[in-house]
Amino acid sequence: MRRARTPAPLLVPAALAVAFLVLPLAGLLVRTPWSQLGALLTAPGVGQALRLSLVSATLATLVSVVLGVPLAWVLARSRARGRSVLRALVTVPLVLPPVVGGVALFLVLGRQGIVGSWLDDAFGITIPFTTTAVVIAETFVAMPFLVISVEGALRAADVRYEDAAATLGADRWTTFRRVTLPLVAPGVAAGAVLCWARALGEFGATITFAGNFPGTTQTMPLAVYLALQRDPQAAIVLSLVLLVVSVATLLLLRDRWLGRGAAA
Amino acid sequence: MSVDAHVVVRRGPLTVDVALEVADGEVLAVLGPNGAGKSTLLRVLAGLLAPDGGRVAVDGTPWDDVAARAHLPAHRRPLGMVFQDHLLFPHLSVLENVAFGPRTRGVPRREARAAAAAWLARVGLAEHGPRRPGQLSGGQAQRAALARALVGDPALLLLDEPLSALDARTRLAVRAELRRHLADFAGSTVLVTHDPVDAMALADRVLVVEDGAVVQAGPPADVARHPRTDYVARLVGLSLLPGTAEGTTVRLDGGGAVTVAEPASGPVLVAVRPESVALYPARPEGSPRNAWPATVAGATPHGSTVRCELDGEVPLLADVTATAFAELGLAPGSPVWAVVKASEVAVYAR
Amino acid sequence: MRSGRVLAGLTAVALAASACGGGDDGAAATTPTGGNGGPTGTLTVFAAASLTDVFTTLGDQLEAENDGLTVQFNFAGSSALATQLTQGAPADVFASANGAQMSVVTDAGLADGDPTVFTANVLQIAVPAGNPAGVTGLADFAREELALAVCAPDVPCGAAAEDVFAAAGVTPRPDTQEEDVRAALTKVELGEVDAALVYATDVVAAGDAVEGISVPEAEDAVNDYPLCTLADAPNPDAARAFVDLVLSDEGQQALQDAGFRAP
Repeated sequence: MRRARTPAPLLVPAALAVAFLVLPLAGLLVRTPWSQLGALLTAPGVGQALRLSLVSATLATLVSVVLGVPLAWVLARSRARGRSVLRALVTVPLVLPPVVGGVALFLVLGRQGIVGSWLDDAFGITIPFTTTAVVIAETFVAMPFLVISVEGALRAADVRYEDAAATLGADRWTTFRRVTLPLVAPGVAAGAVLCWARALGEFGATITFAGNFPGTTQTMPLAVYLALQRDPQAAIVLSLVLLVVSVATLLLLRDRWLGRGAAA
Repeated sequence: MSVDAHVVVRRGPLTVDVALEVADGEVLAVLGPNGAGKSTLLRVLAGLLAPDGGRVAVDGTPWDDVAARAHLPAHRRPLGMVFQDHLLFPHLSVLENVAFGPRTRGVPRREARAAAAAWLARVGLAEHGPRRPGQLSGGQAQRAALARALVGDPALLLLDEPLSALDARTRLAVRAELRRHLADFAGSTVLVTHDPVDAMALADRVLVVEDGAVVQAGPPADVARHPRTDYVARLVGLSLLPGTAEGTTVRLDGGGAVTVAEPASGPVLVAVRPESVALYPARPEGSPRNAWPATVAGATPHGSTVRCELDGEVPLLADVTATAFAELGLAPGSPVWAVVKASEVAVYAR
Repeated sequence: MRSGRVLAGLTAVALAASACGGGDDGAAATTPTGGNGGPTGTLTVFAAASLTDVFTTLGDQLEAENDGLTVQFNFAGSSALATQLTQGAPADVFASANGAQMSVVTDAGLADGDPTVFTANVLQIAVPAGNPAGVTGLADFAREELALAVCAPDVPCGAAAEDVFAAAGVTPRPDTQEEDVRAALTKVELGEVDAALVYATDVVAAGDAVEGISVPEAEDAVNDYPLCTLADAPNPDAARAFVDLVLSDEGQQALQDAGFRAP
């Protein structure tokens, strides 16, 4: 199929945008100390940090899907008053500086926090400085991306399919499970990818709330930041690893999973 | 199983206030222009919309009773509904779509799929079960939607403009098939449409709705012959003649024959709009095929036209301008010739 | 106000540059001299971030004593400052939080003479007010049940901490290795860790929310702060005046008030 040519008023800014977004990445590639790559990559802790990053970002995404999709449904479909206030509230983590988010998590879930002190007293559970804290910090920062994306998909979805399901004997829950959710699956997938990418790059809330300890809470972004203090070359290599793994994952997902939804 | 309903819904400036009864096996057509409140009425019957007043009872069981604050939600009503644009779930196969209702109502998977397959066979889609709805043509999709609505053997079948999204040729075929399935259906049917042909061809009774209120009700032929308002006259002025087609000739059951443009065969209905019937004092020159002698049995003025009821071998309605009516010196009892072009005659299987 | 100062500074630099147009001997450049005989123009000081409070006070004092003198500071991490200097940033004085970054500058031949160690910082244990966990010394950093923070080994305070622990024969079991002192202190202030090993000056700066516990073992890993005037200083008179002030009794007292110790 032939497409119309892109008009110049769009083409020029679009090209600028591409340059703006891609050039820093190109800079990273140009400055990568390729000769030391092997040594830096096999340095202790790199694999550990990468594994922790992937596991925690994936767990954060799962938590976000389990909690965020129902929230998106409430925002899109509930007729309750105060919905717009609720929407503004749950998207606050988008604008909150992540370090502030980390402090806020301390105030609630920390040892001295409102909920955290109770958890500590009642069950002897402390959350900060654990891998759980990493997942919580990442979820806090990344879930709004999923919620916004899924809410948009729900708003765009044809509610008459839900009517049709009701006339076929499906209650609201069955309708949600068997009709609504499959219909907005592409939106959920897109939201989950955004959420995962945001969680993978999360730094501020994580280093504040979960701290930094190799193997437990040191994710790749933290490793990159600390490497930058000591050895900028190592930091570039670590950034590259994170970049390659995330881009590869996204491409793989797009082909296997998003492809059909995106084409529909 | 029968429906007894009085529905009141206020939607902005429009108040829908309609009472209706549908007997077992009966098809009621609710006919009216867009925005008349037809779909609102249907949504209330389906349970998708709670009425502001009135009562809906099916087979003696109250589904809605505003005074008693009773409302049976849609998913607990034993009904089937066909929507204008079929609304087959795009993520399920055609078979899964048809099996959806039985599954949600607790039928085991195997049985549900068997019932769905049987219904798909009944609507001529046996081969299409594994396909996605997106791979079906418009007519096939609407037939699948009909199968999906009927598979659970509902007490009430609701049809919301079931044919209006189809192109003219497909509409004829699907309408004929729908007619057949409605004849076999034991429950009550409410059909909402803005197309008088649908109403005439499919319904046992017609309810004409305008601005949320019923303006006329009765068997289709009666409503067409004796429209109570200009609006109804314009809407349902349609002569419907049963016959048997053979090529482009239809032998009418009441005698006489009509030449049509589209070849057909077997039992058919012939529809002639009153405005396409021309009246002459004598048989016109050039011997047109569709020319019949008749007698003016009645004449009712509607605005600038006069609707003439013609008795004869081929009973027709004819709309003529008031001027022509006067020039021809027509009056009840006047002999005339009625002429219709073959291309103006609609024919569809029954 | 600030932009006005910067403008004045730029003008002074331009004047100095034009004045020495005849040769590249920096000493030959005529430095503007005020009515009271003290330095004038703009003095630019690059100093480690931990010196922010003390040096700002001393700079204000120097300005008050010398009409026509403007002191401007660039406070940042020592390594960032060293990098800026080797990349050609114009400055009169460089005060580093450690010898390593000073070496970067001296090795590049940018220093005017040998650096002077003007103060020192020593590690201290910071605990939340009231010391709820009853921390007494470095040995408590081996207790599994406490929530403990140290600096990451990649940053200077972490490197110093590793030395101290090694010297004391303590194997620390921290819950987190913080990216900087500030982050470690925040966690102490919030009560989320029972103790953190940070610099004495940071404990002082944190105020009442944090208490400091001295660490005798840290005496072996005292962190010396060297400073130097720079060979290409646009305003060498003012630079010398500032260094003198820092080394004077008055300057040393201000540093000790802030938790620094004598060199």
